[in-house]
Parts: sequence; structure tokens; C-alpha cells
Amino acid sequence: MATRGFSGRGRTPSGQDRLPPGQYTTADFPVLSLGPTPRVSLDTWRFTLRVGPKPVKQWTWDEFNRLPMTGVTQDIHCVTKWSKYDTAWEGVSIDDLLADAGLDAPTPWVLAHSFDDYTTNVPFADLAGGRGMVALRYAGQPIDADHGGPARLLVPHLYFWKSAKWVNGLQFTQQDVAGFWELRGYHMYGDPWREQRYSGD
Amino acid sequence: MVPTPKRQWQVARVAAIETLTPRIKGFHFTLPEPPAFTAGQHMDVRLVAPDGYEAQRSYSIASAPERPDRIELAIERLEDGEVSSFFHDVVQVGDEIELRGPLGGHFVWSVEDGGPILLIGGGSGVVPLMSMVRHHAARASSIPVTLVTSARTAVDLLYLDEQRRLQANGVFRLVARVTREAAATPDLGSGRIDRPLLQGVLDAMPDPRIVFVCGSNPFVGTVADLLLDLGVTAGRIRTERFGG
Ligand SMILES: Cc1cc2nc3c(=O)[nH]c(=O)nc-3n(C[C@H](O)[C@H](O)[C@H](O)COP(=O)(O)OP(=O)(O)OC[C@H]3O[C@@H](n4cnc5c(N)ncnc54)[C@H](O)[C@@H]3O)c2cc1C
Repeated sequence: MATRGFSGRGRTPSGQDRLPPGQYTTADFPVLSLGPTPRVSLDTWRFTLRVGPKPVKQWTWDEFNRLPMTGVTQDIHCVTKWSKYDTAWEGVSIDDLLADAGLDAPTPWVLAHSFDDYTTNVPFADLAGGRGMVALRYAGQPIDADHGGPARLLVPHLYFWKSAKWVNGLQFTQQDVAGFWELRGYHMYGDPWREQRYSGD
Repeated sequence: MVPTPKRQWQVARVAAIETLTPRIKGFHFTLPEPPAFTAGQHMDVRLVAPDGYEAQRSYSIASAPERPDRIELAIERLEDGEVSSFFHDVVQVGDEIELRGPLGGHFVWSVEDGGPILLIGGGSGVVPLMSMVRHHAARASSIPVTLVTSARTAVDLLYLDEQRRLQANGVFRLVARVTREAAATPDLGSGRIDRPLLQGVLDAMPDPRIVFVCGSNPFVGTVADLLLDLGVTAGRIRTERFGG
């Protein structure tokens, strides 16, 4: 249905094939989180890889920073409708993380955990093959706490709530377990190109 | 329980438009299928141009869940804002606008969740909190509720008159601050929402079950940090950030 009197702001024709449906571009980097920004100290920071309830490997901040670093520049898309082009991240790819742990994915499902008890589910296939990383730097700098630092998950091809801020672990699960927002009506997968914002989309 | 989101877009009719503050207008909608919602949830709005171009934004529901037949959104005009200035400049009573919802399942409260609850809103961040306050009043609840609001000047304080009236019940308490003028009346303080102010509010309500904080990103960040400094545990603080 066309809205009476609405013509829309100037479109950027060259960028349109980059912009998923219902999104608009912003030059800022808006902040969205469900509570206060947690206070995470690098001395006590730990990253834990689990299979089911069982921890299989844990890294300190220093150990984590010695893992191979990968850089990516990607567009990101937030379910609250903004997209930001060409965001530059550096971090440890999930491939490198599993290689360091000597682990082959034991199940196809992963639940990411954060310091603020946030969780979100991402299929392993969407993390493997260079598609996902634990990012430590944004635009050449350590990631601000507001944007998820010291470390956040980065899965840029899914809506950005999947890129868990303040991430402190990945857990392989026996089935696809809904995370924080997925339990509250958001989509289990969250593909911006198919506009999978809410369950049922 | 939080109602599950309604995926379908509905064509809502604009039943009334009110000027609430110099920068904020209230839009009352009637929907073919009135949404069952919980206070704090939002609706998505979709505007479509003749060539198919779309703009979507989220707006919190200001009205009480007890009145699903008339959904009120309160929209602040942002200079050059694509959707907010369209609402302010173009939308008229009788227009049809596409909405879907209710959406959002974390920044929500109903009297069944218990209290006391502390609500802190900056500018248009008062909108979802007002739905909670109206719900609380509609249910004649005895749960203690304190609302702390701040805006530039007294006329920018959203729903101030209604909040003042509701204070009369003795259960709801209003603490309002203006940041850019001297306080005009005895019940308005001037200055920002700062540590001493929040300390005083927490002295009067020492153990809030949930603290809801809503507004621009800098506002929410500052207030949430102050609350942590004052010893409120992170798990009790829920935030909604409108942007900026
Ligand atoms: C869950 C949720 C609930 C919300 N609830 C409310 C609510 O109850 N009330 C409310 O008023 N808002 C609410 N918001 C914010 C709302 O969704 C919109 O973000 C807001 O109305 C701005 O949209 P816009 O299209 O007017 O501005 P946009 O066009 O998106 O612009 C955003 C900002 O960028 C600036 N800008 C625009 N164009 C340009 C340009 N070309 N160059 C540089 N800068 C530019 C604008 O001045 C503006 O400040 C909510 C947001 C969320 C996520």
C-alpha cells in the first residue's frame, strides 16, 4: 500500500542492491543493548568453548590475542532498521578458534554466551568458512565497551543481534536452542535479505 | 507473558493527532485487529512511496494495554528525520498508515510482574514508560512506581499534566527535571539526572525490582552507569535506546 504523501528521502541508486529490505543506511554506529554496559576486566576475561555443558578449552585475554588474527570489512544490518556499510573488524575466525582447540564441530548448532548473560543461537555453518569471528578490534582500535568490547561475536551476514556483544563463550548444542531475543519473539535465523526479523517472518 | 509478535502488517487509521510538546506529537490509531500488548512494547511503522521504496521505523506504544482499540504513538520530530518529519508535516487525521506489532519482549512490565519499579526516561524516552504508568493506573495497582523524567524545558516534559494528576493517588511518584531553564514550579527541579538525584530516589525506593531506562543512547548509557555505581545490580536494569 502506498502511503499518502510519502515519496521518501533521496535514494542512493548505486547502493540499493547493498541494502536489505526495510533498512536504511547510517554513518553513525548506534548502540543497542538490553541493559547496562557490563564492566569486563581484561585480567579476569576468559573465553570458553563448550560442547554441551562440558568446557573443552578456555583462553585468557593474552592467550586469545596470540591466536591468528583476521581482518574483514563488511556491511552490518541491525533489526532496528539501520545498516552501516564497510565496517572494518579484526579478530579470531571461528575456524582458527576451533583449530586451536583441536575440535571438529560436534553438532551443527552453536549458542553464543556473553558476560551479561545474553545468549544468541547461530548455526555452525554460518560461523565456519570465514563467515564468523570473535572480533577484538573495530576500525583499527580496541572495540568500545558500548559496542561490545573487549570482544564481540561478528556474524555480519545475519541481523546484528546475532553478533553478541561482550561474548565470553561458544557452546555446541544438541539442537537449535533459542537465545535471549529468539525467546522474545525474534527470528531463530535472522537473515536480513529475507527480512527475518520476527518469528514467523 | 509477552504476547507473540504479529507478523502481518495492518492498515491503521489515524483517528486523532495531538501536539504534546513543541517537538512531540501524539498519533492515535485504530486498527482492524487491535493488538494485545504489554506496556513497554513497540510497533513498527512502514511508509511506502509510489515507486515501492519503503521506510520502516519502530515507535513505542504510549497508551495503556487496557485500550488496544486506540494505539497511541508519540513521535519526536528530528530535523531532517525521514519518518518523524513525515509524521509531523504530512500525516493528517483519516490517513491510513501500515503498522505491525506488538514487538519487543524485554522492556516490558505489567502489574503481574510486581514491583516496586523505577522508571527513568529522557525526552521521548518517556513514551514506553507512560504506557506502564497508564497501565498501573488503569489497574488501580498499589505497587509503588517512581518515574524520573528529564527534558530541556518544562513544556518539553512529555505527559507532565497527566503525570501530575496521577501523583494524587499516593502510589505513583513523579520526579521531573529540566536541564535548560530554572525550575518554573515547585515540583520541578532544574539540572540533569545525576548521582545525587538518583541517590535520593533510591533512598526513597531502596530495592526496586526492575529499573527501566529509556531515551537517547547517551542518556541511557549515563543513567545505567550511575545506577551500577549506586549499587543496583545489572540484572535489574533494563534499557531501551532510541538512537542518537
Ligand atoms: C524500540 C524503539 C522504540 C522507539 N520509540 C520511539 C518513540 O516512542 N518515539 C520516538 O520519537 N522515537 C522512537 N524511536 C526512534 C525512531 O524509531 C526513529 O529512529 C526516529 O523517529 C528517527 O527516525 P527518522 O526517520 O525521523 O530519522 P532518520 O531519517 O532515521 O534520521 C536519524 C537522524 O539522522 C539525522 N539525519 C537524517 N538525514 C540525514 C542526512 N542526510 N545527513 C545527516 N544526518 C541526517 C536526522 O536529523 C536524525 O537526527 C524508537 C526506536 C526504537 C529502536
